[in-house]
Amino acid sequence: MPASESRIRVKRTEGLIQVEFIDRNILDEGNIRSISDEIATLIESEPKPRMIISFANVEHLSSAALGALITLNNRIRARTGQLRLSNINPQIFEVFSITRLNTILQIHPTNEDAAKSFV
Amino acid sequence: MAVHQGEHDRAVLTVVNDPSAIERAEDRVVEALARFNYSRASVFAIRLSLHEAVSNGFRHGHRSLPSATPISVAFDASAETIEITVEDQGPGFDPSSIPDPTLEENLERGSGRGLLLIRAYMSAAEYNTKGNKLRMVYRRPADA
Repeated sequence: MPASESRIRVKRTEGLIQVEFIDRNILDEGNIRSISDEIATLIESEPKPRMIISFANVEHLSSAALGALITLNNRIRARTGQLRLSNINPQIFEVFSITRLNTILQIHPTNEDAAKSFV
Repeated sequence: MAVHQGEHDRAVLTVVNDPSAIERAEDRVVEALARFNYSRASVFAIRLSLHEAVSNGFRHGHRSLPSATPISVAFDASAETIEITVEDQGPGFDPSSIPDPTLEENLERGSGRGLLLIRAYMSAAEYNTKGNKLRMVYRRPADA
């Protein structure tokens, strides 16, 4: 996908990949596939990826987005990497809590907290 | 706009499987909620439930149907409640056949969470016997 159509912002620092969504709504399955593909490419670019996905701009997300996050988490673990989620507002956090995905995905208040949590 | 007691906002929408069409339907429902001053939390809950219901209809109900086959979304909003009915044209399904996605052994499954979210956020959600029509009701909390 050309960079101009990207739906994420990416920052790489000291072996850390920080991803931020551009869209406020992560609902549509086609968009979610595009975003997942972009993030999967980033994962494949590191031998042992350490990634933070920030939800700072996100106001709505669907169960399809949750499914995509699980797949990405598994891809990262397959490369012995680590995934952290950050900046999740209380409404979105409730979605993780209802589905109990907060028990398998590591969620931190800020990117800084997430960065400190890598082992 | 002043809202009078007993006032309703009702509509029946025909939605095709296109992101912008789905978004338009969601926006129309959100517009009705805004008219009755529903809180952000309520709007979040209702919009998410509607999105999941329509997505399920297209992904599962219409799996074997032509892509242009539409889904019907009917709603009746008032200051106290909103009732939304989402009907697809598929063969229907048995909601009890969906594994509980919150069980330990299902947590890593990629799908199956839409109905869980609908049931968590809406006051009531029930399928018809055929399993192709979902009726959801949201009763507004006293403080929302």
